[in-house]
Amino acid sequence: MSLIRKTAAQLGSMIAAGEVSAVEVAEAHLDRMAEVEPKVQAFLHVDREVTLEQARAVDARLRAGEKLGPLAGVPIAHKDIFTTRDMPTTAASKILEGWRPPYDATVTARLREAGLVILGKTNLDEFAMGSSTENSAYHVTRNPWDLTRVPGGSSGGSSAAVAAYEAPLSTGTDTGGSIRQPASVTGIVGMKPTYGGSSRYGLIAFASSLDTPGPFARNVLDAALLHEAFSGHDPMDSTSIDAPVPSVVEAARNPDIAGLRVGVVKEFSGEGYQTGVLARYHEAVKLLESLGATVVEVSCPSFTTALPAYYLIAPSECSSNLARFDAMRYGLRVGDDGSRSAEEVMALTRAAGFGPEVKRRIMLGTYALSSGYYDAYYGQAQKVRTVIAREFEAAYQQVDVLVSPTTPTTAFAIGERADDPMAMYLADLCTIPSNLAGNAAMSVPCGLADEDGLPVGLQIMAPVLADDRCYRVGAAIERALESRWGGSLLSQAPEL
Amino acid sequence: MSAITRDEVAHLARLSRLALTDDELDHYATQLDAIIESVAKVAEVAAEDVPPSSHALPLTNVFRADEARPSLTPEQALSGAPAVEDDRFQVPRILGEEA
Repeated sequence: MSLIRKTAAQLGSMIAAGEVSAVEVAEAHLDRMAEVEPKVQAFLHVDREVTLEQARAVDARLRAGEKLGPLAGVPIAHKDIFTTRDMPTTAASKILEGWRPPYDATVTARLREAGLVILGKTNLDEFAMGSSTENSAYHVTRNPWDLTRVPGGSSGGSSAAVAAYEAPLSTGTDTGGSIRQPASVTGIVGMKPTYGGSSRYGLIAFASSLDTPGPFARNVLDAALLHEAFSGHDPMDSTSIDAPVPSVVEAARNPDIAGLRVGVVKEFSGEGYQTGVLARYHEAVKLLESLGATVVEVSCPSFTTALPAYYLIAPSECSSNLARFDAMRYGLRVGDDGSRSAEEVMALTRAAGFGPEVKRRIMLGTYALSSGYYDAYYGQAQKVRTVIAREFEAAYQQVDVLVSPTTPTTAFAIGERADDPMAMYLADLCTIPSNLAGNAAMSVPCGLADEDGLPVGLQIMAPVLADDRCYRVGAAIERALESRWGGSLLSQAPEL
Repeated sequence: MSAITRDEVAHLARLSRLALTDDELDHYATQLDAIIESVAKVAEVAAEDVPPSSHALPLTNVFRADEARPSLTPEQALSGAPAVEDDRFQVPRILGEEA
């Protein structure tokens, strides 16, 4: 089997045993990227020499006897919203075109410490606002299963890179579903850790009370290894949780779910859900039952209000966070001809540098926070957030995990929802509640929809700091399904 | 009746420091109107006596130790600036009077 088809765990073991060097593994993936990038376009920035330099450094550290983690030498695609000192960081926005950050994000620094080799920076919806990666200011990314479809978003470059075997692992960020939804529509594993379980330092902020870095991988164990590599307390992030990382790797290795109580969220089914998505979802629930889990239906009536609450809370926070793009300290500056004031230059720069979705959300947030509307919109949305968190708490009194489809449909066509923001927002219907409550949640592949042959994801939600339960259930269903399929779901994808 | 008028969108654009064209204002007025009408559904949740949550975690006043630590050099801090003069960010005029 060629190096690019191996799991991250296998590559890590082979490199540690000296069977292959980090440089050879990096070269195999860079070659794959050269071959398929013209079709997939998952990356915004690739620099072969910078990548090989990192790989050489890891080989040297291993030769010197340094004890590195299980992913030392394994390549990774890194979402272009984390700052990197040796590569540009743009958040897929023109306002940051060519920006070279003077520091590494904590997630970036921890990848380097663990000896992971960064292959490049992946495409995303501008500032992580979107569900299709079409909002990138640079180019669209295509779904490796069907190049006319979106790879999901906002972390669509990261999901596409892993699904196209350009990288065994990638990073993402999840504010309303931006890891789980792209994982679902590309047939891979994506995990949103508990909010505060992974550091936001050096992550370009969209909605600070929701933004959560997390892993993508082609299997549950690889996702757990990456989760463990970059998570944990960070004094540089004041909302980072000062507690041990849940034992996710152990859970992924021991997927026993006998006696586990699984709650099926009643509200996430029915109208608006694609037939083939529901068929695979219901089969997955039956499979969990056959593996020894107890399945009950759970009602969380306010979850249907999570989407409108999110589209008030997230834009409000974004309108405040994106005020930092002021054309003064870094990034684009437009119209500074000596006659204009700083304020005029600021307004011209922001109009030229931000794309339509970002402008829409900034104005929506400004509206929701403005006097006269604050109580009815932002204030009420914050109360709904409390109600949703309480419904989760009540549900977790009865069950250990909750399940739902990850997203109501399979990958939609490029362009299909681009001019209809409300249709686009529906992609995050099932994922948003976990962001509002700060819970852990995973998407794991559960089959292909009959009508279009495209991947369907099962969402597994667990309480705050019970991330290991997502991995336990995810690994259990992965094992059962892969033995039924005779391999991974992704092995059924067409050749690129 | 629409939830938001074109004039209100123009006001929001000014508050947001976005120099939008007339066409953009028309476009966003229609879209924001539809979005606001939809998100107004939050009012359907009976939450009168519920406290608001700004955050998912019960954290307050997180401080780190007040100790000097290494930080960016002036060169690093200015490395992405659109214009620099004498180790400072150079900006357009910020006061209203004639230059």
